[in-house]
Amino acid sequence: MKYTVNEQGYYGDFGGAYIPEMLYPNVEELRQQYQNIITDESFKAEFESLLKDYVGRPSPLYHAKRLSEKYGANIFLKREDLNHTGSHKINNAIGQILLAQRLGKKRIIAETGAGQHGVATATVCALMGIECVVYMGEIDMERQAPNVARMKMLGAKVVPATSGSKTLKDATNEAMRDWINNPVDTHYIIGSVVGPYPYPEMVAKFQSIISLEAKKQLLEHTGNELPQYVLACVGGGSNAMGMFYHFLEDEQVKLVAIEAAGKGVNSGHSAATSVLGKEGILHGSRTILMQTEDGQVVEPYSISAGLDYPGIGPQHAHLHKIKRAEYVNITDDEALQAGLLLSQLEGIIPAIESAHAFAYLEKMKFEQTDNVVICLSGRGDKDLSTYIKHFGF
Amino acid sequence: MNRLNSMFNQKKNNLLSVYFTAGYPELNTTVDIAEALEKAGVDFLEIGFPYSDPVADGPTIQHSSQQALDNGMTLNVLFDQLGELRKRVSIPVLLMGYANPMVQYGVERFCAKAAEVGVDGVIVPDLPMYEYETLYKECFAKHGLSNIFLVTPQTAEERIRKIDGLSNSFIYLLSSASITGGSLNLSDVTETYFKRIKDMELNNPLVIGFGISNKAAFDKATAYANGAIVGSAFVKFQAEEGYLERIPDFVKSIRS
Repeated sequence: MKYTVNEQGYYGDFGGAYIPEMLYPNVEELRQQYQNIITDESFKAEFESLLKDYVGRPSPLYHAKRLSEKYGANIFLKREDLNHTGSHKINNAIGQILLAQRLGKKRIIAETGAGQHGVATATVCALMGIECVVYMGEIDMERQAPNVARMKMLGAKVVPATSGSKTLKDATNEAMRDWINNPVDTHYIIGSVVGPYPYPEMVAKFQSIISLEAKKQLLEHTGNELPQYVLACVGGGSNAMGMFYHFLEDEQVKLVAIEAAGKGVNSGHSAATSVLGKEGILHGSRTILMQTEDGQVVEPYSISAGLDYPGIGPQHAHLHKIKRAEYVNITDDEALQAGLLLSQLEGIIPAIESAHAFAYLEKMKFEQTDNVVICLSGRGDKDLSTYIKHFGF
Repeated sequence: MNRLNSMFNQKKNNLLSVYFTAGYPELNTTVDIAEALEKAGVDFLEIGFPYSDPVADGPTIQHSSQQALDNGMTLNVLFDQLGELRKRVSIPVLLMGYANPMVQYGVERFCAKAAEVGVDGVIVPDLPMYEYETLYKECFAKHGLSNIFLVTPQTAEERIRKIDGLSNSFIYLLSSASITGGSLNLSDVTETYFKRIKDMELNNPLVIGFGISNKAAFDKATAYANGAIVGSAFVKFQAEEGYLERIPDFVKSIRS
């Protein structure tokens, strides 16, 4: 079990809980209780029931025939885009809202970049009748206006983060500040495998349903539950960790994590954390992050508002360091082209985040018998204006 | 005995500390401000090294940090400035900042340099007890630097006892569970919390911070603790014209 977390919340050299004392009681309460809660039979039953009947799980594992022909391998898409709210984010949001209820919390806060996690959180809060406040960078609010409208329609209050780069990193800071100021009644639903322990572990567990289902479905399709390759895009890394989770111990499966290179890794406009980052501390954990020599966090860039995060989750940092997974990157243009290709070959318009993972197929060499699973983490409705602008439709 | 312990031995109550961000509002005024505060009667200083993502700080201090970074403040620049400090300032000096800049500088190098330029202690709000004990305690001790822990109204008694055991200068008592820049709640709840901590008879002196912005708050805090720290109120004052010359007036307005 060399890929999982230890009792202190570390994955090898990464993880921990670098939080101010003001957050200690909240995080400690979670640490002490989450394991008992999520392994409780009534929790599991409610979680599974909501995933099935509300989210629409299991999400299909679709054999993409035309894409397979193009790349000369058997390519399967794990269809998280078909989930209610349009992305994998709902899996974690459902898990955490049930957890928050059992912790007796009356108020939910969240941060969001592209808006998918914000929409998922606003959705589960509406479902459970709990107050919801979502922090979102002012710039992201402009470029993801439909998701802002969705959150408001679902009854959430959307608060613009106006500091720093006015994107996801700053929304996360604002949410943490809100939590510091409201330590007793509020639960913070973090949307990725980042933050202080136990968040990275907890979010990974809620997302691990992706690989649990994929294994069973691949067995049905091919007679073997293990593919040769598993691909997923990485910002903070929650869909990738969910997609990798049950394959981690299967060393023969090659795990490929695709980061956003933006306008090019060395262009000064990139979010390719594993290349540009160094070990450090961000948002509560020791991980790899983009920073200056003086330890100031560098603003990341990607055309995808879901991937422009300056760090990766600590478990990803560990998998990168010990080389269990390969971390690669794809530019804005390559991702947009891949999004167009998937649309026209398979009739599926992917989120630009997911399109990064598809773009990497161009750079791989396959045997005809290779089975490849790609996490299609979200649908592209929210990104239509970006596609329209780029292709001039 | 370091300067902090000497100070607490000599003066048991009514201690006043002021926080300011190094490099704000101008890059090179750090030691001038420190000297002016000492001359105005401040007992010890908290000098902030700026960070881009200060989660425990409110808008005032965050803005000062961003301005300081824009002005070119770095740890290297700060340590160069502090090289002059002990020629002009004799009161205890604490550095306050976040873990990542310290870790990037190198904790061993940070501690050695801080000690060399006459810094007495460090407040790093996002450096928790487990990480301090396992990774950094030895290094702090080797260089004679105190690590100051924070305590909030939600900190459990057992944990406060442990913090007391790990502390060797004072404990920083937050007036409420909040970010910096609020105002002191003068309610019975706050008073009960201050009294509860005072009655624990801890080994280390107590200093109250967060929300100390005027004389009433300072008086209230120092009725229960050995001293109090003014932060955001001073940083706001620094935005006023001619603030450096008027530092004595500011200090008098807090503790006359």
